[in-house]
Amino acid sequence: MNKKWFGASIKRKEDPAFLKGEGQYIDDIHMLGMLHAAFARSPHAHAKILSIDKSKALAVPGVKAVYLYADLPQGVQSRTLPLLVPHPSIIKTKLPFALVKEEACYVGEPIACVIAESRYIAEDAAQLIDIEYEVLDVANDCLDALESPKKRAHLDMESNVAAKFQINVGDTDTAFKGADHVISERYFQHRGGPFFMECRGAIANYDKSADSYTLHVSSQGSHRIKRCMLELFDLSDDQLRVIAPDVGGGFGPKGSYYPEYANVAVASKLLGRPVKWIEDRRENFLTTHQERDQYWDVELAVSKDAKILGLRGRLVHDNGAYVPWGIVVPWISATTVPGPYVIENFKLDVFSMYTNKIQVTSVRGAGRPQAVFAMERLMDRVAQTLGLDAGEVRRRNFIQPEQMPYNVGIIFRDGRPVTYDSGDYPACQAAALAKADYEGFKTRQAKARESGRYLGIGMANAVEATGLGPYEGATVKISTTGKITVYTGAVPQGQSHKTTLAQIAADALNADPQDIQVITGDTALIGLGIGTFAARTAVTAGSSVHMAATDVAHKLKAYGAMMLGCDIDQVEIQAGHVVLRSDPLQRKSFTEISVRSVGMPGFSMANGLAPGLETTSYFTPDRSTYSNGTHVVEVEVDIHTGGVDIVRYTVAHDCGKLINPMVVDGQIIGGIAHGIGNALLEQMVFDDQAQPVSTNFGEYLLPLSTNMPKVDMVHLETPSPLNPLGVKGAGEGGTIPAIAAIISAVEDALSSFEVRISHTPISPQDIVELLGEHALGETAI
Amino acid sequence: MTDKRNIALKVNGVDYERGVDTRMTLVDFLRHELELTGTHVGCEHGVCGACTVLVNGESVRSCLMLAVQANGQSIQTVEGLAVNGELNILQQCFQDHHSLQCGFCTSGMLMTLTEFLRDHPNPTEQEVQEVLSGNLCRCTGYLPIMSAAMDAAQKMREAKV
Repeated sequence: MNKKWFGASIKRKEDPAFLKGEGQYIDDIHMLGMLHAAFARSPHAHAKILSIDKSKALAVPGVKAVYLYADLPQGVQSRTLPLLVPHPSIIKTKLPFALVKEEACYVGEPIACVIAESRYIAEDAAQLIDIEYEVLDVANDCLDALESPKKRAHLDMESNVAAKFQINVGDTDTAFKGADHVISERYFQHRGGPFFMECRGAIANYDKSADSYTLHVSSQGSHRIKRCMLELFDLSDDQLRVIAPDVGGGFGPKGSYYPEYANVAVASKLLGRPVKWIEDRRENFLTTHQERDQYWDVELAVSKDAKILGLRGRLVHDNGAYVPWGIVVPWISATTVPGPYVIENFKLDVFSMYTNKIQVTSVRGAGRPQAVFAMERLMDRVAQTLGLDAGEVRRRNFIQPEQMPYNVGIIFRDGRPVTYDSGDYPACQAAALAKADYEGFKTRQAKARESGRYLGIGMANAVEATGLGPYEGATVKISTTGKITVYTGAVPQGQSHKTTLAQIAADALNADPQDIQVITGDTALIGLGIGTFAARTAVTAGSSVHMAATDVAHKLKAYGAMMLGCDIDQVEIQAGHVVLRSDPLQRKSFTEISVRSVGMPGFSMANGLAPGLETTSYFTPDRSTYSNGTHVVEVEVDIHTGGVDIVRYTVAHDCGKLINPMVVDGQIIGGIAHGIGNALLEQMVFDDQAQPVSTNFGEYLLPLSTNMPKVDMVHLETPSPLNPLGVKGAGEGGTIPAIAAIISAVEDALSSFEVRISHTPISPQDIVELLGEHALGETAI
Repeated sequence: MTDKRNIALKVNGVDYERGVDTRMTLVDFLRHELELTGTHVGCEHGVCGACTVLVNGESVRSCLMLAVQANGQSIQTVEGLAVNGELNILQQCFQDHHSLQCGFCTSGMLMTLTEFLRDHPNPTEQEVQEVLSGNLCRCTGYLPIMSAAMDAAQKMREAKV
């Protein structure tokens, strides 16, 4: 394959429009006669609705309708929102209706939908709906929900356990009997929400003449949204088109289906006008899916030379009020634990718990940062217990490159055994440590101590399943004007698909990426699609674009050769033409060939060539491909204030072959920022009645420019054997090991005080509390 | 509740006169009345900076200002940055440094930096880092935005010489 564009850091095709304010995000779309929705939402985490009076709301001038559960079409009343990923371990599947039927199960659950001439009026009216509640007991903390099941998240359940399953590899209990050391730890980890800058939103437009809907939605996967809508409304395929316009960030939760999308569709049909709903930031804090709490009780058995013999424990996961994605997040957590290490005996009992909080679904990293935190904290403990270097302990346990492909012995969420396809974990860690001048750290630390400053260094390794199936397709088409277009069901939210997919097509068609249009996320333009999440698009859509464009190149050459009267192996593609290699002046343009390929009315197609310069391919990866990385973090901790300053951040990262290194660097740096937020800043706080109390950006802290260190990066490029491009996913690797590495560094900075950190995020206040009297100014022991 | 006032203002050099609800925010007015949708709404409580515009040359959170308060003022939005349809120096540096991913916070970043670089033509990296701490971005990790700002400062100085 010609690789002129693959691997080049070309500038993004997306940028000029965004930079000029010409992006088309969901709230930028205006339709004639459009109405606006606002919702009355439950103020209680768990309550029964006794009565609703909507008369005052209906009396507000400009209000067109107020819908309650009972006003929904019968079919929508009879079905809950769909379960996207069923799993046999789910004990009882709880999913919401489009509006609360009788029992509200989290703060913010929509109860009534108001439609009005403007959003201002709709919000006025929503406040006037009188709802009488009986407030119920609340399942708040997920560990309490397991251990004191009297407070139930759902009235019709006997316990709060949504699902339980066990990962069991080898003979863990026997392995523990032979251990020289057993390390036991409890970790509490909190992860925050996605907090994309553009809140969610949707516009439904029902066309009465065709009995069909068009839904514009700020989503990561228009085809999946379509599937959910078809099920909920019992529609046939032709009755719904879903379009994702420009999407202002997603980070996982924009891949979910939400009740508001059903409500705007209902309203549009009943009122015969387009209906828009745009989430405001408070709604975003209350109702967009988050990741949240996990409790890990884990034990690690090691030999006296620091070799891992076995790992066992229990993971308690908060899945919130419903399970739209089944057990995806805790399953990923559990299966990520072994990471780059040889762990022959591994047993983990996992409990996924219902609580009266907004649902937990994947947020960038998707359960992996927590698993990496648990594993890497244990590795640090081994180093501390045995008095060994933290890097050395890890080195002794790495899976070696010659063991690839390596079967970990557990089943991943794609249903296939976790089998690492390629990677060199020892080399990756060595590269990161060298770049970070790990050897020189002790000297830097000692020097800083002389002036009363506390430096620490920490590291973490991670292996990440990427490029998840089942597929993401692409259609490559050359029109009769000679223009090249790529259509895919992948939906970018900043990942630069319109550039990177054009680069791949450009190589196959010997064209310039600038001349290739990439159209994403429109269900009318490609039949099947899954969407952009789980660091999967480069692998799945990228490979499909490569296959489809290669096939279109073959069609071009076949038609071109026929038109030039020569054999196909005598021609090649150059600058929008098929040329005779021996005499490049003899050539046919893409336009000429395309016009010929579509045929003429009434004339038969010559030579048996299939009509059209168009191919659709669906690359279906056999299994996931595994990226890996090492993060090394150097921090300075102010022992008086608990302030953490990240002074040096180093990444070695292997996501296979890089399509556009500039884009990959951008993904990693952005991911690190997310990890810094998770480690030090971001906390979604609920009171004991599961009432969210951090519902704005003053209370919930996102990382700022002033939180960002410089980042040094090393790329290793171990190709994946599982796809034609050799690529792996890059979207989440920046976040996954970051939290563990940062906390490790903070703990190391405070090592002379024997502080141990077992939770995230860690605030300055936490650090001061852990330091106790040392924070008052005493010098190190 | 729906008290109306007539206002006259200049946006990107163009004069507009409109009757608006007194409670309408400036950002809603720009986006939905004038159809200048390049200014974005990120939080509606003045923290994220996505809605930043310049009012008489000074950066303002247009979600925290009412449209009626803009009566008689001159406003610049992201749509007013490009020169004859071509990216200006700062915009071009954003593309060169991959300073945007989803693009949603970008207009606010550009407007904040437009004011800052006008007043601080020779900034330090730390000054740039501090001025950007008032704008949230979830995609980029800020580093490429800071590089773009430093690069733009230099190129703007060179363009003036």
